[in-house]
Amino acid sequence: MAIFLQNLVNSLQWGSFYALIALGYSMVYSILMLFNFAHGDIFMVGGYIGVGVSFGLLALSSSGILAIPNWLILVLTILFSMFLTSFVGMIVERVGYRPLRNAPRASAAITGLMIGIILETGNLILLGARRVSFPSLIETATYDLGGVFVTNKKIMIVAVSLLLTLALHQFIRRTKWGMAMRAMAFDFVAVPLMGVPVNKVIALTFGIGSALAAAAGILFGIAYPVLDPYMGVLFGWKAFVAAILGGRGSILGATLAGFLLGFTEIFVAMIFPSTLRDLIAYSIILLILTFRPHGFFGEPYSARLRL
Amino acid sequence: MPPPAPISRTFRARCSRVPLLGWLSGALAAVVLERFVGTPLALAVGLPKIPALFGIDIMLKKPLLIPNAVLYTVLIYLLPIAAVALSTAFLTNRLAGGLMKLPVAVPVAVHLGLLYAALHFWADVSDYRSLVLKLTMIAIMLTLSLNVINGYMGEFSCSHPGFMALGAYCASVVTVGLFVDGNYFGIALLPGETGPFLFPIDLVAGGLLAAFGALFVAIPSFRTRGDYLAIISLAFLFIVKSLIENFEFVRGPRGMSGQPDLAGLPTVFSWAVLCVWSINNFVRSTVGKAMNAVRDNEMAAEAMTVDTRRTKIVAFLFAAFWAGVAGGLFAHVLRYVNPGTFGIQNLAEVLAMVYFGGLNSVYGSIVGAVSISLLGEALRPLEIFKWIIIPLLLILVMIYRPTGLIAFKDLEVATLLRPKQGPDGER
Repeated sequence: MAIFLQNLVNSLQWGSFYALIALGYSMVYSILMLFNFAHGDIFMVGGYIGVGVSFGLLALSSSGILAIPNWLILVLTILFSMFLTSFVGMIVERVGYRPLRNAPRASAAITGLMIGIILETGNLILLGARRVSFPSLIETATYDLGGVFVTNKKIMIVAVSLLLTLALHQFIRRTKWGMAMRAMAFDFVAVPLMGVPVNKVIALTFGIGSALAAAAGILFGIAYPVLDPYMGVLFGWKAFVAAILGGRGSILGATLAGFLLGFTEIFVAMIFPSTLRDLIAYSIILLILTFRPHGFFGEPYSARLRL
Repeated sequence: MPPPAPISRTFRARCSRVPLLGWLSGALAAVVLERFVGTPLALAVGLPKIPALFGIDIMLKKPLLIPNAVLYTVLIYLLPIAAVALSTAFLTNRLAGGLMKLPVAVPVAVHLGLLYAALHFWADVSDYRSLVLKLTMIAIMLTLSLNVINGYMGEFSCSHPGFMALGAYCASVVTVGLFVDGNYFGIALLPGETGPFLFPIDLVAGGLLAAFGALFVAIPSFRTRGDYLAIISLAFLFIVKSLIENFEFVRGPRGMSGQPDLAGLPTVFSWAVLCVWSINNFVRSTVGKAMNAVRDNEMAAEAMTVDTRRTKIVAFLFAAFWAGVAGGLFAHVLRYVNPGTFGIQNLAEVLAMVYFGGLNSVYGSIVGAVSISLLGEALRPLEIFKWIIIPLLLILVMIYRPTGLIAFKDLEVATLLRPKQGPDGER
């Protein structure tokens, strides 16, 4: 039982990365009906920006210019990197997706893939092949809850990701910009006629999605402090699977599916040899999609839909 | 009397009157020339040795040698090709006209023979060239077979490296087991001389295994398409890769090596030709038209009595079969495979070739595969910057021609081979 609970805690942490990245895929999908294949690499860029920002803040604080405690540095790092990474997302949209808005969707998928490769290679050129590690800003404290070990980092990661998801939900439900996003997801043709600035809303969507990916990148850096330029590839594709599994364009679905993917991967690794993890996890996904081809919360497929 | 036309226009007009036969003979003359006088000429213009890929690699490595490399390329390739093609235009037009009167197989065989001879002499200069050529032809096969699904049928399939892996491993297990000592049966069961005869059967077996694997993607495609199919095919790719990694029989993540050297240039060339021929016929058949109908509007196609399920399954099996054959050839060209080869990176590469060349077009796939693989090799001296330049190029192509360079174009053999000028001078 203790092992089960322990793995539950671990998979909550693992799933929160997937959930945060899947949210970005899902938001862009609900509006533009296309998947931003550069999103996994934006997660990677976010992690690296986080490293840069935190080292900068640490240097400032140790030199005495800006004496702030380490936990505040962490909070500032997350916020600041989210802000910076959102611009990366907007640039990707401006360069790779806006010129192709009326083109076949597969072409936009290809530009996304290529931008991803450029981001990876650019990172390699700028920083070289050495791995970068995240500074440890908070001391790890372990709490023993009846045989289940929980660290403060794990609690923080799960809490921050849930908080961000909730904030996103509120933003989409309560604000004018969120209403514009919902309207565009509902009908892309009529909304511009109502005076909604379409380009701004799309850029904002990319920005918010990228900010969430950056948060995931920093949280990942806190849990597993070594970053490398290709970490976004596999994570991105897996989060893409989660976004689809949740149902297209559904925020709730993407979050749930992200956590579900985390659970599956951790529990498969617990029961079977860990080399079988991908095999069994994806077989389960294939099975789910065979019986529910439109994901958990998506609309059923009909041939009428222009794809 | 009209004024004389400018030189450039007369040159272009004269070029347009040269049939394919003329260009091929020109290319053959150029490569034969290079084969015999290439080394002294390269030394004479100040290059250390014959440039491997039209001098681009030398230009990038040593920018000071750019004029020499350009001079070499002009002297060895452009001048002989142009001279032979233009001077024999009259003769080759007559010849092409005569050939076209025979059954279509005869002119095709003549052209293919010339093409193979040219490639053979070109690749004879160095092993590197021959390897690049073989990999390029395999890339053509892969690109064409992916174009069947992504271009002609309009799905976004991500499982192609998986099909390729199935074919590669199946073919490798058979050849390694039968012809190499110290493997599955202890000793080699068959003498090595029977290899070339059994190799086609082996490749077909690999293709059939890949086609069987394609059933797992094709059957879910009845109920869904678009993004969900993309995910199903992606999951299939991960599953195949993970299966191979966990399968000690094929040595897991360490990969298989020691495949006998069966895939020479003639073998790869003939399989590539067979692949282009059969896919070209397939996409112009009734099933090919049905695929286009399914892509454009599935419901309307169904109403027009197109059996959409049958179309989907046939297309998937056919494309996967050729991907499997290409995988088997790939394994025997490199003589080493490991599961890491067939991942997301490989997928991005094949997708890039399809979308760069052009959807729904056999020409486009050939152009895309050749240009991306040659570009990838030629830009090798740039090292990592290669992976900035190629994606940028692809993004530009996507922005200015969203369906690729040569999209929606049929490959008509008769138009391609016909003489460009009648015997009495008119076109």
